[in-house]
Amino acid sequence: MSAQAAAFNTSFPAGAGTTTYNYTVVRQFAIMTLVWGIVGMLVGVIIAAQLMFPDLTYGIPWLSYGRLRPLHTNAVIFAFGGSALFATSYYVVQRTCHARLFAGPLAAFTFWGWQLVIVGAAITLPLGITTSKEYAELEWPLDVLITLVWVSYAVVFFGTIAKRKTSHIYVANWFFGGFILTVALLHLVNSAAIPATPWKSYSAYAGAQDAMVQWWYGHNAVGFFLTAGFLGMMYYFVPKQADRPVYSYRLSVVHFWALIFTYMWAGPHHLHYTALPDWAQSLGMAFSLILLAPSWGGMINGIMTLSGAWHKLRTDPILKFLIVSLSFYGMSTFEGPMMSIKTVNSLSHYTDWTIGHVHAGALGWVAMITIGSLYFMIPRLFGRSEMYSTKLVTTHFWVATIGVVLYIAAMWIAGVMQGLMWRAVNPDDGTLTYTFVESVKSTYPFYAIRLLGGVMFLGGMLIMAYNTYKTVASGKAVDAPVLQPAPAHA
Amino acid sequence: MDVNDLRALWTLLSFLVFAGIAVWAYSSWPKQRFEAAARLPLDDDQPLAHAQPARAHTMTEK
Repeated sequence: MSAQAAAFNTSFPAGAGTTTYNYTVVRQFAIMTLVWGIVGMLVGVIIAAQLMFPDLTYGIPWLSYGRLRPLHTNAVIFAFGGSALFATSYYVVQRTCHARLFAGPLAAFTFWGWQLVIVGAAITLPLGITTSKEYAELEWPLDVLITLVWVSYAVVFFGTIAKRKTSHIYVANWFFGGFILTVALLHLVNSAAIPATPWKSYSAYAGAQDAMVQWWYGHNAVGFFLTAGFLGMMYYFVPKQADRPVYSYRLSVVHFWALIFTYMWAGPHHLHYTALPDWAQSLGMAFSLILLAPSWGGMINGIMTLSGAWHKLRTDPILKFLIVSLSFYGMSTFEGPMMSIKTVNSLSHYTDWTIGHVHAGALGWVAMITIGSLYFMIPRLFGRSEMYSTKLVTTHFWVATIGVVLYIAAMWIAGVMQGLMWRAVNPDDGTLTYTFVESVKSTYPFYAIRLLGGVMFLGGMLIMAYNTYKTVASGKAVDAPVLQPAPAHA
Repeated sequence: MDVNDLRALWTLLSFLVFAGIAVWAYSSWPKQRFEAAARLPLDDDQPLAHAQPARAHTMTEK
């Protein structure tokens, strides 16, 4: 209370004793986003190279593809993406609520706890300790730690919302809040297991139900971890960088609730033509198709925020990152519903098309909106008006964009080719036209292009690391003062 | 009435709630509040409230 009063009565710039925003935890997560991004993408590049050169790691079991692949996905989704979500949600919720983060020590615990989960993943996954549930591979002790961190995250985030000094809860916070609640639910339900030993457990579900729970989790991890949270970033950083309010606030409200009401049902499209009941597959497909509407509504809302200020795109590389990420979001949320159609899925499933689709979303949307948001935040967290070099931001943008395009184009072609080769039959006797290994051989050149695309994207991250190092080295950690909201918002 | 009827009813209710939200969002009722809310990120680094002249298009009451 006294802290709030101080903020009310102190003039700008902040005098001694003024409450500041808790930028410490934001800085920690922002820097670790960059570190884990480089680590996770490096592992991605290694496994992409392994697909071309299977003996690359000399048969060392800890470095085999089967163990490094979950390490890659966990590192990029939960270490890179997760740290980015913590950093941006803590930054946005404080600034739009005009309140210092609730429960500072608990916020610090979310940082150290989350880093411990990541280190635990980096040790256990190469050792082959896994539940074998995709994107939920971590064994039960780490699952327990995730739960503790996540509950603390919810307390810190919603506690900050509760002590806000604005009357309205800005839409970005709705998206962050929806993401936090849903991920808690998903994690608790899907990770329910009976521990057998300290590092081995058995799922609480069996058979087709286990598969359905897993993909209810899996798809909503995409929908809420990799979409809703990052849309929260979009709704803050795009208006901020464009210096214009979001194109349509009412559309953002409908966008939020449409995602909440439909995403939960789309999971079965991961289980087309399996033991899952046919009606469940069709239901999953129908809701996946419906999802196109809110996804594109959100994308249009983000891009149209630039309406009347398109010229800024020409000169501002941060805006380039943000807007191009939305274009990739639009692309992959068109592709996703299309691939969920059963007849299309019969061609695409189990092929590299899926890998291409995932990376259009992961690199094009998730990584690029994160990068744009970090380029916005980092100078402000370290007391500078902009990054050390805007030119390097532009270079990063082009290297990353060309990298993504090479990656997804290669995987599209490879995937469709694989699907066609696998289903081809000789008209005379119905035997398969191609052996499986022939499709592998034909994929070889596309693996090379994909590797090049991945190396470029990683290279862009290294450019960013250098630029960030120079920015941090020449700046100093600054915590902005908590300001009284304008009367229109109080 | 078995559990499946309840499930169908729940789905229908959810849809009606969503339709209600959409109608509400596009009605004129929350228009002013939304316009003010949309400015929240842009106004988050304004030094002091009293340094800001009241804007004609934003809500002025509490």
